[in-house]
Amino acid sequence: MRGLRALDRKLLRDIRRLWAQSLAIALVLAAGVAILLMSFGMHRALFETREAYYERNRFADVFAAVTRAPRTLLPEIRALPGVRAVEARITGMAVLDLPDHPEVAVGRLISLPPAGEPLLNVPLLREGRLPRPEARDEVAVNEPFARANGYAIGTVIHATLNGQKRALRITGTVLSPEFIYTLPPGGLMPDNLNFAVMWLPERMLAAAYDMEGAFNDLALALARGAPEADVIDRLDRLLEHYGAQGAHGRDLQQSHAFVDSEIEQLRNMAVVLPPVFFGIAAFLVSMVVGRIIELERSEIGLMKALGYSNREVAFHYLSLAALIAVAGIAVGYGVGAWMSRELAELYAQYFDFPYVIFANPSDAYAVSGVLGLASALLGALRSAMKAARLPPAVAMAPPAPPFYRRGAIDRVIAALRLSQPTTMILRGIFRWPLRAALTALGIAFAVAVLVSSGFMFDSMDEMMDNAFFRANRQDATLVPTRELPPVALDEVARLPGVMMVEGGRSVPVRLRHGHLSRRLAIEARPPGATLARALDADGNAVEAPSDGILISKRLSEVLEAPPGTVIEVEFLSGRRETAEVTVAGVVTQYIGLGAYMQEEALRRLRREGPRLSVIHVELDPARHDDFQAALKELPRLSAPVMLNRARQSFQETIDQNVTVMATIYVIVAVLITVGVAYNFARIQLSERARDLASLRILGFTEGEVSYILMGETLLLAIIAQPLGWAIGTGLAWLIVEGFASDLYTIPLVLERDTFAKASLVVLAAAAASALAVRRRLARLDLIEVMKTRE
Amino acid sequence: MTEAAPQPAEVFRTRRLTKVYDTGKVKVMALRGVDLDLYESEMSVLLGPSGSGKSTLLNILGGLDRPTSGEVWFRDINLATLSDRELTRYRRDKVGFVFQFYNLVASLSARENVALVTDIAANPMPPEEALRLVGLEHRMDHFPAELSGGEQQRVAIARAIAKRPEVLLCDEPTGALDSKTGVQVLSVLDRINAELGTTTVVITHNAAIRLMAHRVIRFHDGQIAAVEVNEARLPPEEISW
Repeated sequence: MRGLRALDRKLLRDIRRLWAQSLAIALVLAAGVAILLMSFGMHRALFETREAYYERNRFADVFAAVTRAPRTLLPEIRALPGVRAVEARITGMAVLDLPDHPEVAVGRLISLPPAGEPLLNVPLLREGRLPRPEARDEVAVNEPFARANGYAIGTVIHATLNGQKRALRITGTVLSPEFIYTLPPGGLMPDNLNFAVMWLPERMLAAAYDMEGAFNDLALALARGAPEADVIDRLDRLLEHYGAQGAHGRDLQQSHAFVDSEIEQLRNMAVVLPPVFFGIAAFLVSMVVGRIIELERSEIGLMKALGYSNREVAFHYLSLAALIAVAGIAVGYGVGAWMSRELAELYAQYFDFPYVIFANPSDAYAVSGVLGLASALLGALRSAMKAARLPPAVAMAPPAPPFYRRGAIDRVIAALRLSQPTTMILRGIFRWPLRAALTALGIAFAVAVLVSSGFMFDSMDEMMDNAFFRANRQDATLVPTRELPPVALDEVARLPGVMMVEGGRSVPVRLRHGHLSRRLAIEARPPGATLARALDADGNAVEAPSDGILISKRLSEVLEAPPGTVIEVEFLSGRRETAEVTVAGVVTQYIGLGAYMQEEALRRLRREGPRLSVIHVELDPARHDDFQAALKELPRLSAPVMLNRARQSFQETIDQNVTVMATIYVIVAVLITVGVAYNFARIQLSERARDLASLRILGFTEGEVSYILMGETLLLAIIAQPLGWAIGTGLAWLIVEGFASDLYTIPLVLERDTFAKASLVVLAAAAASALAVRRRLARLDLIEVMKTRE
Repeated sequence: MTEAAPQPAEVFRTRRLTKVYDTGKVKVMALRGVDLDLYESEMSVLLGPSGSGKSTLLNILGGLDRPTSGEVWFRDINLATLSDRELTRYRRDKVGFVFQFYNLVASLSARENVALVTDIAANPMPPEEALRLVGLEHRMDHFPAELSGGEQQRVAIARAIAKRPEVLLCDEPTGALDSKTGVQVLSVLDRINAELGTTTVVITHNAAIRLMAHRVIRFHDGQIAAVEVNEARLPPEEISW
């Protein structure tokens, strides 16, 4: 082993000589390690935290809402096969009047059982205590709401419960596994300032909502392995006559679904992105080590002549790759740890977990480190084996010149009558087609990264524009506690600041087509509605015909019901009847599932008189505060949805994230491009140094010679563009498909701008890399070249 | 050939030409005050052992290197004062190089290697004609890897003469070749010199080659040791080593 020390010194000198190339590779590897460390680590942390939280606080498996069901039904429900525990609750929505708070806030009310803590969905006390069972003026609120508003234990807030205004004193703050991600009604982003979750004693809520001996909300825990669908079926049948809106599992529980989609995203990120980086790093290592071994043939021969074994020679070159990998892994660890912290902070902002479990972060470090190292070694392996197998006598002789011979491609190139430098560039590409293809592919991935991230901004714009500016143009939507006669519209129209009102009806239904079904609300609208509208594929307002239904694209897909299909409507409130309607068209809607009918057509189906369950209003912007103040005094409205607020918070969130994400993706793309283009150009220089010097001697200017040097790199970078667009489009499509859920679908909006920006960034980075290598041209030793045989 | 007639025009003239390679610690005097005139259409052989300074002189004459002091004139141009850009221009327009190791571009065929130069020259001959002059009209589309050493060197000569250079500078043109192939290359050089009248400078440490020159300039230790005029030149075919 003593002899290896000189080799180790050679290794260190090699690295020092190749520092720029090594660094470029190490950074690409680092990006893979960092992303893997972050996504893998956070995925596990999020998953295990959620599991632990669900377990400890007994998050329910099945949820059901009814209008009013007697508690005498509970033993029967408990007896359903597969049911482990049942929690019956009273829930409601309340308009809140908060101290020093001009806007109307909304609270979701949840009852606490009269004795002991709830069996399921146990709130986790953070501060203070839960309300006493007999108290009539005590409330526990979710901690994020209290914190956002600066409320402490003892703060009094006012809530209008079923038309009665009450003063409630905060006795405690809690978190709940039901509300890890909390959206206000009609909102797209958490709004802790204006939306509260409130836990109140059951007796008080029962009295307020006329629910003595009854419940309107049910949570079930299932025995391990119990078939959820069977339980839901049986439960639906039991609750059929009590205004059941259909039971559902965790998959449709809002908070769970959002956390789940985040976990899924992290998993996808861990599976998709790191392999791309590792693959590119492996390719770069293979290219660079391959070239070094070619240049060091005589040294290899010498080492062997001196008695080094094949294994030691191979080990020497693998060590070079390992050293690069170690540098990359170290940087990756640092960046990954930093990114994990940033992401954890972001999660803390949107997700309300009481604690975070980092079960075993060393696993994430080990996995990302080992994979990073393995990819570098794998990249070097082929070349190292070649060096090991080289017989010393052959190694000491110069390598055979690259064997160009006449072939079909050459005849094509010759027939093109290009200049000789251009011919050299093209021949170089076709001489090593695999290397050229992989280089182009690597650069294409950089383009793809930018395309597949850049399109999101346009997509979000489209979502926002569709939802908030074209479909829902109202400033606020008022939701009465119960359905109102149409005259209520006049009352709302008289409120201060109201410029226009529009009534509508929202009816919970289950739409069925064959064995496929979905639960949602049909929105019934008057003809000629101008505030809340449905949109066709071109973004134009459409109305359902008098005998049909319009459904959103996603719904049409999941029900496999294109226009013309007859689907079954099962009404989940009032008289539970079923009817058949024809799908008259498909509407563009990205958030949630949607179904739209003419108000009159729905009335015909239900054989009912005119009713209102939503009131859309357009407001005078100068009189928002007056309107809000008046709303606080309006007892029959349970939950106003302020669309301005939703617009604003959505826009803010996007703006905030756009800058951060755009920066990260540009850095990633530049890293890949520089890693690939710089190394490729350096190898071009190394291989062509002799040709280029000869040309300089023959009278070619430095500019003409650098055309040959940079030409191949830049040509491949240009070829990579359409390839990158295609891969990016594919990735964008995969992302859109991956995100598509009943909660929301992301439109695939690919503007020419996105492609142009991606190409601009990547071509600039490639050109800068090639220029950095070009500077070395000036140092070419012309005389040396003339004197030496390669 | 007798040299009683008036001297033909000078192509190169050097005066007190010195070149010092300064590596920091050691100073190497490669040329120590060389005064030399080379004439139009002349074939001269610079003879000397390695390290005698002949290659340094050739590099300076060819515009690849600059002297440390002294004058070097190509006709009425002082090469010592040209910028890098002007030297490139000079090499491009006036000089043809032939190297010991041919320095052909592996990815270009014989014809394309010649075209490399004819594409950028002011008044070139067609590549095919240059290749015919060196007797390679049948192998024009072969790549360097498909040609023998002698053939590769002849392509290099074709490449050097295709632009109709005023001077042809050859650095050990037969150094990598066996005697028989070397002679073929020399006869090509001889024919070019005779047919095109190109001023030709051949540097070599192979004394046999001196027999084909108009003049032989012997180098030793950075200085001209002797200048001999060949009264009776031998055709290259009669030379062997």
